[in-house]
Amino acid sequence: MSIILYTVATLAIIGATAAIILYFVAQKFKVFEDPRIDEVEESLPSANCGGCGFAGCRAFAEACVKATDLGELNCPVGGAETMESVASILGLEAVKKAPRVAFIRCNGTCDHRPKTNAFDGASTCAISAASYGGETDCEFGCLGYGDCVESCEFDAIDLRADMGVPLILDDKCVACGACVEACPKNLIELRKMYPKGRKVVVACRNEAKGGVARKSCEVACIGCGKCEKVCNFDAITIENNLAFIDSDKCKLCRKCVSVCPTHAIIEVGFPPRKIKEEEKESSTAK
Amino acid sequence: MLKTFNLGGVHPPENKLSADKKIENLPLPKTVFIPVAQHIGAPASPVVKRGDEVKVGQVIAQSSGFVSTNIHSSVSGKVKKVDVSADSSGYSKQGIFIDVAGDEWMEEIDRTEELVKEFNLDGSEIVKKIQEAGIVGLGGATFPTHVKLVPPKGMKAEVLLLNGVECEPYLTSDHRLMLEKADEIMVGIQLLMKSLQVNKAVIGIENNKPDAIQLLTEKAKEYQGVSVVALKVQYPQGGEKQLINAVTGKEVPSGALPIAVGAVVSNVGTAFAVYEAIQKNKPLFERIVTVTGKGVSKPSNFRVRVGTATSELVEAAGGLPENTGKVISGGPMMGRAIPSLDVPVTKGTSGILLMQEEESKRGEVLNCIRCARCVSVCPMGLEPYLLMTLGEKHIFDRAEEERVMDCIECGSCSFTCPSHRPLLDYIRYGKGKVGQIIRSRK
Repeated sequence: MSIILYTVATLAIIGATAAIILYFVAQKFKVFEDPRIDEVEESLPSANCGGCGFAGCRAFAEACVKATDLGELNCPVGGAETMESVASILGLEAVKKAPRVAFIRCNGTCDHRPKTNAFDGASTCAISAASYGGETDCEFGCLGYGDCVESCEFDAIDLRADMGVPLILDDKCVACGACVEACPKNLIELRKMYPKGRKVVVACRNEAKGGVARKSCEVACIGCGKCEKVCNFDAITIENNLAFIDSDKCKLCRKCVSVCPTHAIIEVGFPPRKIKEEEKESSTAK
Repeated sequence: MLKTFNLGGVHPPENKLSADKKIENLPLPKTVFIPVAQHIGAPASPVVKRGDEVKVGQVIAQSSGFVSTNIHSSVSGKVKKVDVSADSSGYSKQGIFIDVAGDEWMEEIDRTEELVKEFNLDGSEIVKKIQEAGIVGLGGATFPTHVKLVPPKGMKAEVLLLNGVECEPYLTSDHRLMLEKADEIMVGIQLLMKSLQVNKAVIGIENNKPDAIQLLTEKAKEYQGVSVVALKVQYPQGGEKQLINAVTGKEVPSGALPIAVGAVVSNVGTAFAVYEAIQKNKPLFERIVTVTGKGVSKPSNFRVRVGTATSELVEAAGGLPENTGKVISGGPMMGRAIPSLDVPVTKGTSGILLMQEEESKRGEVLNCIRCARCVSVCPMGLEPYLLMTLGEKHIFDRAEEERVMDCIECGSCSFTCPSHRPLLDYIRYGKGKVGQIIRSRK
């Protein structure tokens, strides 16, 4: 009986001493952490994708708490809603950012861009791009091995192996920018998202001279400049034989689409055009 | 016992089909495309414009730095345009298009075959002339030769090694040159020795070229300080570090240049180019190219003007065989498949290999079975299977620790892998990324 008593007493004394020591140590070495960090972190989507530019959601939460103004900070996954809740926790004002969506600027699918040789090395875009220009005569276009698909954490890119160019699914894309980094040909751009997924975009990155570009791909931008002239909003610039539409300036008027001689400028998400009938009328009127 | 390097190596089938074919002059092409970047270092900057008349041997692009070289016209005629076009990498590179008219050479070039032995230039004059003549390492790496001949401060060359190994299967351009231009090569060696201020030169030749070994050994007796060493037939015997190890027994430390062990290595083709540049005033605008392959009707060694399209060479060798799978610029081990026959011959093109379909196909990629054959054949003592995984998983800091930058890209690992794994593809990729990281630190 006494053995049990001694044991219990000894353990109790050790326990009590340790508790007292630990209490003082904890007081002495206390690290203050803003409780709001946890709160902010909880309101974030926990995707840890790095789309905000920080190493995961926790780091972003810390940055938000430290910041005096949320203008520079944005969680692309959560969007405006999340940023508003973060702002309300911190008592700051949310800055509304237009949602963005990734787009692959190449329309060189197998039927537009014939293959002129075959690559039998390791099938990743990075290795193919480091080895040579690619399986078609267009050295700027999509290689189609899907490094972007691999990099996407949100299943937002469909490889479309039979077509040769992947497709970004707008409803799943959160514009984290992982694919932008992954593409060795620099084809992917984060563009402003418009209602109903509408886009007007130059789906080409070919910087070769017009004739060379056209020879390698039916729908290559030849840098003719027609779109630049017809644009009323200064949204189009031509550099290195290539047109670029600034999505922040574009008003989706689609004038450039109609003048583009190679159909390098494409429209997405619009209802089918009725212009054909008008054209018929005008031609008969003549 | 023949000398060889101490680590790894493989022995692919030699297939030297064109070894007994004399060097022939390829007929002049109608047009040439001469890229301005045919060497390691800064591209040369064009000094001619559209419509200019040029002669053979005229400078058409000027060296744009110390590690850069002049580019000379290989033909006479009119400059058609200065524009971009795809080179062997399939990417557009700047170059000069010339329409050929006649064959008018610069007056100072001595076009006779006569051997000129005597020279009375000092070391720095020789280096200057080499620099002006646009000479680069003709073994394939195309490193500007004049840079090699000026050792960094505090270092001194002790021995000049001549690379006549030609360990790549199929290729015979150096072999033929040694047989047909032995005396000229010897004078070239004397010039290189003078410029480096060394009194010892060793020519390394693989033992599958007994005629070249015999001939050069005999010629070497007439020249002071030159000797010939027969080396075991083992790939990559012609790698710079492997050759130094085989001949001198010394090992170049990781990340260092051969000069660290007092050696300078030059190809025999380069020695010949040096002879021509200094004794004949002829800059580097043509080279010997082997055109070969199992299906080729006339495997040949051609003297080709730089800028000639690959298709011209293929035509001269009997046309493109029906079942060609790949056209490779260089040898089968280190050469690269070219995407189009319009690709021009450059200073670094040692051969054009037309590989048959079945020969060129890569095997189905299977899982690594940890047999470590790649480790045992790696001439640099690396672990290729590990480097591949690190490249695949993007773990570049570890790859750097595992000395990925020491890889000489000889391809012995991919050649030997029983699972046909694309080892070198991933290692080269990792090497590129690690190289970027190292440069960004500076």
